[in-house]
Amino acid sequence: MTNKHSPTGSNGAPAVRIVDLCRHYQMGETLIRAVDGISLQVRAGEFVALLGSSGSGKSSLLNLIAGLDRPTSGAVIVEDKDLARLSREELAKYRLHAVGMVFQSFNLVSRMTLAENVELPLRFAEVDRGQRDALTQAALERVGLSSRSTHRPSELSGGEQQRAALARALINRPKLLLADEPTGNLDSHTGTEIMNFIREFNQSLGMTIVMVTHERALAERYAQRLIFLADGKLIDDQSNLATPAESSQITASGTSSSGITSSEKDR
Amino acid sequence: MKTYDLTELALRNLRESSLRNSLTTVGISVGVASLVAMLSLGIGLQKLATRHLAKSGLFDTVVVMSRRDLRGFSRDDERNTASAAESRTLDEPARQEIERLPDVLEAYPDIRFITELRYQDKPHLTMVSGIPESARSNDAFSGIQGAFFSSENAPEVILQKSFAAELLGKDSKPGQEDDIPVADLAKPLLGQELTMRYAERVAAPSATGSIESAKDRTPNEYEASSDSAYSVISREQKLKIVGISDLDPDSMRGAARARVFLPLKLAQTLHVMQPSDLRDSMRGFNKQPSYSTISVRVKNPKQVEAVEQAIKKLGFNTFSILDATRSLRQFFAVLDLFLGIFGSLALAVASIGIVNTLVMAILERRREIGIMKAIGASDGDVKKLFFAEAGAMGVLGGVVGVMLGWAIGHVINLGTNIYLKRQALPPESFWAVPWWLVGAAIVFAFIVSLLSGLYPAARAARLDPVQALRYE
Repeated sequence: MTNKHSPTGSNGAPAVRIVDLCRHYQMGETLIRAVDGISLQVRAGEFVALLGSSGSGKSSLLNLIAGLDRPTSGAVIVEDKDLARLSREELAKYRLHAVGMVFQSFNLVSRMTLAENVELPLRFAEVDRGQRDALTQAALERVGLSSRSTHRPSELSGGEQQRAALARALINRPKLLLADEPTGNLDSHTGTEIMNFIREFNQSLGMTIVMVTHERALAERYAQRLIFLADGKLIDDQSNLATPAESSQITASGTSSSGITSSEKDR
Repeated sequence: MKTYDLTELALRNLRESSLRNSLTTVGISVGVASLVAMLSLGIGLQKLATRHLAKSGLFDTVVVMSRRDLRGFSRDDERNTASAAESRTLDEPARQEIERLPDVLEAYPDIRFITELRYQDKPHLTMVSGIPESARSNDAFSGIQGAFFSSENAPEVILQKSFAAELLGKDSKPGQEDDIPVADLAKPLLGQELTMRYAERVAAPSATGSIESAKDRTPNEYEASSDSAYSVISREQKLKIVGISDLDPDSMRGAARARVFLPLKLAQTLHVMQPSDLRDSMRGFNKQPSYSTISVRVKNPKQVEAVEQAIKKLGFNTFSILDATRSLRQFFAVLDLFLGIFGSLALAVASIGIVNTLVMAILERRREIGIMKAIGASDGDVKKLFFAEAGAMGVLGGVVGVMLGWAIGHVINLGTNIYLKRQALPPESFWAVPWWLVGAAIVFAFIVSLLSGLYPAARAARLDPVQALRYE
């Protein structure tokens, strides 16, 4: 399936190219086709939402793009590299430099302070000690957490934790930000706050965003393009006609998991 | 990841679950402590034994005897006197020849005789021996009360302490001399005078050799028989007591069998009748008197063997303590090995503790490992992190263990010495923790810990990040 849309804010070159991608698991007797023959392209600078009910394969697809998982067949090509062909070492490098990830459950290391969490990718990237503090502070400042840098994740609110996770995802200046239900554990107000940060990264830093969500309203409010998945297959791929989101006053409360199986229905 | 980052992260991870990690570290410490304690005991005992041997002063000494003297007791003595080329007389030229051998510090005759010493008009019969000036720096006379001889031929004596006790009438049964502190003996005796009565050998002025001795002579021996005649004159010599030595009379094979010591030069000038004189005159050859034994001091104990060989080639018999120490060293090598094996057992158990702790840590920190991998940690980073944690526990445990082992050693030593003191025995040091042992123990603990970390680290590195992140 090719992308016929040319969304605003993207420069047109494909940042992610997915070709006939499959990810099958054997679970006991049954074969689970988490991702089953998906092809799509994400242009650089695009803000894409992956929509679908739980078990639709959207998180599996995101993990494949993130290089956390390997496909059963097919290719994920990012920056001219097929992730399926990279060694474990090269894949780790890819995760370190090319992508930033945020998760529903924040995934901060609980035994470390915020600053240390944000600094962690710099350590893996072997950035000099002298530069690290400044980079960490700058990243924390960007998400408005400078004053909280010595706190541990457990001492912070969910919104603050997710902001720290965003700072960590940015610290190595990746071009691609992958977000797996970033607002799933947050109330609507803090969820909006996080989404505004993600949109800002998209607009001011030109980052390509791929966000998994099951809240259609949220996706329509922020993403330029909505991709619908069901049973590991891509069922619809459309430009978001409802953008620009800044003006809309929709409360981003997500009770809409039922309304995403078919895009036609919602229109 | 860079090494300092690894170390920093590892240390902070260890601090995080501090109870479990400190218990594991204590396990390693106990292992290292037992290893250090065992080996220290082995080394300490070896040092103790060596120290006692070294006191004999024979570590660097070769005792040279004439082969003839040894054969004197065997039946084929008479037959072999002809082969003089290989069995030679131990006389002054021979001594000088030996002294010229490489690595020989000095060669001096052992002058030893039994004579009577009078102290406060009471006669005491004992063995008197001349000791060379070089003995001043020997371990043998390190425990001396008073002073060493003021000069090489001063009319002075040093008394062995059992003899000193005898002079004071404190004579006790053999083996119990240690009851009396040397200092108590020294006070009344130092500076006092002894009168030594001895038999001086004076060369006879007449040129007529004794016919009896000429009969035994073989043609290729010394020709002159005229000088072999001598008379024996009884003499007295006043001697000042300058020192009391706590030397064990039985510990020294050579000179120390004696209980009274004279400066060697003085002993030589006295021309005291020697047992060998009689033997020589029986055989009837000696322009110069021969010595019964010569002590050869070697520069370095390591050269004793070579010097011994060289002297044997000259045609003499030799004895050194080397053979005795060789088997002693062997014994201690085996002892150390066994002690080391037993000590290592505890460390082996401790290493299983490390494996356990790290495997637990992996289960606990599964999610954390997943996070680290998700944000870009490579398998190597994760592996190294767990390695660093294992290594840090090892080094920490090693350092604490060495201190613990050292402390255990001191406590045992202290306890033993209290016991020894109660038994009225002199304190001894059974314990030696050399620096190489300290270093080796820490390095060993580090290596053992790293080996223990191999499996957990590999397991942590293999974790699938997707599954690890799903794990709550």
